[in-house]
Amino acid sequence: MTFQITIGGFVALYIFMVTAFAGWVIIGRVPAILHTPLMSGSNFVHGIVVVGGIYTLLNASSPLEQLIGFFAVLLGSGNAAGGFAVTQRMLAMFQPSGAPAGGHTKHGAHKAHGTARSVSKAARAQAKKS
Amino acid sequence: MLIMISQLIIGGVDLAAAFLLMFGLWRMSSPVTAPSGILVAGVGMLVAVVASFLYVFTVDAAARPHLPANIALAAGALVLGAGVAWWSGRKVAITAMPQAVALFNGMGGGAAAAIAAVELFGNRAQGWVASIVTLLGALIGTVSLSGSVIAWAKLDELLKKPLHVPGLQLFNGAILLAGLAVGGYLALSLAGALTPLLPNTILIEIFFGMAVLYGILMTLPIGGADMPVVISVYNAFTGLAVGLEGFVLQNPALMIAGMLVGAAGLLLTLLMAKAMNRSVVKILFSSFGPAAKQKQGAIKGSLKPVQPSDAGIFMHYAKSVIIVPGYGLAAAQGQGKLYDFVKLLQAGGVKVTFAIHPVAGRMPGQMDVLLAEAGVPYDLIKQLADVNDEFKTADVALVIGANDVVNPDARTVKSSPIYGMPILNADQAKKCYVVKRGDGKGYAGIVNPLFYADDTYMVYGDAAAVCVAMTEAVRGLGAAAA
Repeated sequence: MTFQITIGGFVALYIFMVTAFAGWVIIGRVPAILHTPLMSGSNFVHGIVVVGGIYTLLNASSPLEQLIGFFAVLLGSGNAAGGFAVTQRMLAMFQPSGAPAGGHTKHGAHKAHGTARSVSKAARAQAKKS
Repeated sequence: MLIMISQLIIGGVDLAAAFLLMFGLWRMSSPVTAPSGILVAGVGMLVAVVASFLYVFTVDAAARPHLPANIALAAGALVLGAGVAWWSGRKVAITAMPQAVALFNGMGGGAAAAIAAVELFGNRAQGWVASIVTLLGALIGTVSLSGSVIAWAKLDELLKKPLHVPGLQLFNGAILLAGLAVGGYLALSLAGALTPLLPNTILIEIFFGMAVLYGILMTLPIGGADMPVVISVYNAFTGLAVGLEGFVLQNPALMIAGMLVGAAGLLLTLLMAKAMNRSVVKILFSSFGPAAKQKQGAIKGSLKPVQPSDAGIFMHYAKSVIIVPGYGLAAAQGQGKLYDFVKLLQAGGVKVTFAIHPVAGRMPGQMDVLLAEAGVPYDLIKQLADVNDEFKTADVALVIGANDVVNPDARTVKSSPIYGMPILNADQAKKCYVVKRGDGKGYAGIVNPLFYADDTYMVYGDAAAVCVAMTEAVRGLGAAAA
């Protein structure tokens, strides 16, 4: 018994179609204020390619494949880690009124997260207005 | 048994990771939930990467002797790539964010292309569908890699002038067609439908070479101001390439995450292009000659310079002030000093709002990030559509380091290069102060009649220095009164 699944051509098209629709809908409601972090955030999401890189490298059976596979993991992990670092930094800076200023440090980001939740009602009301 | 369990775990974890990445992106769509959204997505990524090492139990027989070396290589590449990128991502200045995103995006495209290369060189893709999808992903990923590197170099000002060669677009089209032809020939050869004239490995190398060249030549003619749209296009490209390679590797998590970004990136590109009043096709495929001499609307009035202290004190006595920041503010690193001044005004009871034009900064939304970095709460920051009617009732519009986005010619002068671009109605405020380094023109290279209007006063100087001077003037006022 095995849990190996096979995704045929048409099933793949269905997956692509539904996912593309989801992506379109998710981004459609993003306010312009978040466009830069969002580009960076979606850039982070395709860093998942590192998983494919690891799979490929582990199955490499010649020096050439090992070399290319090494670069796949190297570049993919750079995409994921770098994308996360810049996105998290940018998003931690967004503060509502009344929050302690400065979200540069990890501590600050954590605090901001808590504050954000406490004022979320007001912000949501404002979002509804706009 | 071990194989079964590892497959079960990988399947479950990848399912969870796909959900977390999607859910995280969804939470990123509001400033309130966004900081937790990236953390959610980060958890998804982390577990997927850790679980992917369980693939050691299911490697091909041919790769089994190499397994220890491969594990070491994978761990090494992971630590090295993630470490360097993490360090540089933490260190990079917020003003340099567009370049960083371009570079990280190019890396993703390169990774997808490298996966495709292993599939192709090892002739692993089974059947013609898999071959074609692999080749398509390879092409898109490689173009994204080389194009993103050029975009990075342009934004980092390593490459200064856009390349203008007559007929370049035609040549690019020919390269793309030739690349597709080589790819098609290769697909037939890989499927065993014909005996190729050249060995497959040579064909694969030619194919990748053409893709690299196409990415470079396609990006070189595009001007620096259009780079955000280009990066967004390549972001969508990388997503698409990842999704396609995910299909080849039969990994649904890659397919979902990749296609999610492909669609999201496409929509984001269209939104940005719309905000800049440009068409995506024009940005990507028209090589602009040197800007044609445009007819200028007749300029009436004169430039009226005032001292920063006068401007500062006037705003202190105003009821409401709307600030229009532009890239000049970021270039002078004046956001923090500006916010100091704003806090002082607020303490005196002045209602202050920031009005952000969609193309303020180098990337849509970048000005919002720069203000957030200075500690400006996001509920003071308003976008064009929400704030434009408030200028009519505002006492003062303070334009700092912005130019074309407040040029009223965009509304009325049909021959103006920026005609039709939505602008902020700073000219409708009762009084307008413009902080500028000198009499220079904006990016579009045109004179701004707003600066000559009756109620507009020019404050010359570095944006940061002007903010400090205004703050000191208002503080001095308080001290004198006390």
